[in-house]
Amino acid sequence: MKSDMIKTRLKTSLLAVALCSVLAGCATSGNPKDPIEGFNRAMYGFNDMIDSAVIKPVAQGYEAALPTPVRTGVTNFFGNLADFFIGINNLLQGKPGQAASDIGRVLVNSTIGLLGVLDVASEMGMEKHEEDFGQTFGRWGVGDGAYVVLPFFGPRTARDTVGLVLDVKADPVANIDDISTRNTLLALRVVDTRADLLPADKVIEEAALDKYAYIRDGYLQRRRNLIHDGNPPRERMD
Amino acid sequence: MKRLLGLLAVLFFTAGVGATETAPDLLVKNVTTEVLDIVRKDKDIQNGNTQKTLDLVESRVLPHFNFQRMTKLALGRDGRQATPEQLNALVEEFRTLLVRTYSKALTEYRDQQIIFKPFKMVADETDVKVRTEIRQSGGKAVPLDYYLEKNATGWKVYDMEVGGVSLVTNYRSSFSQEIRAGGVDGLIRSLQTKNKSSATSATKSK
Repeated sequence: MKSDMIKTRLKTSLLAVALCSVLAGCATSGNPKDPIEGFNRAMYGFNDMIDSAVIKPVAQGYEAALPTPVRTGVTNFFGNLADFFIGINNLLQGKPGQAASDIGRVLVNSTIGLLGVLDVASEMGMEKHEEDFGQTFGRWGVGDGAYVVLPFFGPRTARDTVGLVLDVKADPVANIDDISTRNTLLALRVVDTRADLLPADKVIEEAALDKYAYIRDGYLQRRRNLIHDGNPPRERMD
Repeated sequence: MKRLLGLLAVLFFTAGVGATETAPDLLVKNVTTEVLDIVRKDKDIQNGNTQKTLDLVESRVLPHFNFQRMTKLALGRDGRQATPEQLNALVEEFRTLLVRTYSKALTEYRDQQIIFKPFKMVADETDVKVRTEIRQSGGKAVPLDYYLEKNATGWKVYDMEVGGVSLVTNYRSSFSQEIRAGGVDGLIRSLQTKNKSSATSATKSK
């Protein structure tokens, strides 16, 4: 079967990545936040290959084929599904006010917003938040841990990897019983998310001396900012 | 009554800053509004005409940036190893890189709305943060913050943060890695190579 062939191929590639990383293991640059840089760079290369071969072209086609309002509707639909657990995470982080607003968003958008396709709640002043279990652990004082690039999921820290396991367990889309519906929605979400990132792609391409390091450092700064809800203590800069 | 008090406060505030120079929040607002107005009307820029966008950034945005400070900020502690000549070369190359990046971002601009957040400062402050926000349909608003410092010629931007990611300090670890591998000259060479390859790919795509 074709899918078996793809699976075998993936396994071979992943094995190759693992081997490369063992060989390149000694070639790390000594960045304390990135102790397994050799492995990470290999995995980054693997993800990048999958992205340019499949995900990015599909996302480009998706962007070209569908008008902006439709794509916005898709983004809103998945955003609405995510809002419930964003609320739970806000509650776990001791922010009941924001949690209530998130749940309010779900109620408003699921009904007046036609199953989440329209983000009416934002227009009513209920701001969309971005929370996940990794941020909740960060808020509780758990440190970043090592930077790690996961296959398919991309950049994480050790803490955010544990968070990711819970995020996936809590993900309403991943919990749909009907397998074909589930897979279709998961694929649609990946493509839609990727399409939203296409403009950022070009800017990073222009900006980065070393794309791997640029994405790593950007990810770490971004997570730090998110954990502090946009107001991290300013680091001594020079 | 409240409005009158507000007006008085504004008058008092502007008088305190001095009549000759623009307040930092106003500066950010004016430049952003002016540049985006041009981008919105210019089909060439929207279609990715690199030279035209670079010219726009050179003439309208650059005068308000302090690239010397930005370069030092990106270098961090490693900056101390650089001779004045090396530092000049670094400022030159880093400036080209940042201008190219900024221009690229402008060509990706579509219909996003920029919100200017309320701004407060103490009269004699010389280092401030001006907060703005990019709003787009179907996404969470992205904060875009400017850090400005006052010097002899007025307020200058020395850092920008997009969603909490500093466009300047995000280079720090790459820069220090380049310096460890090939010295300050190695970093200068890498930046030159990067800028040259960007310039050739831009002419090719036209």
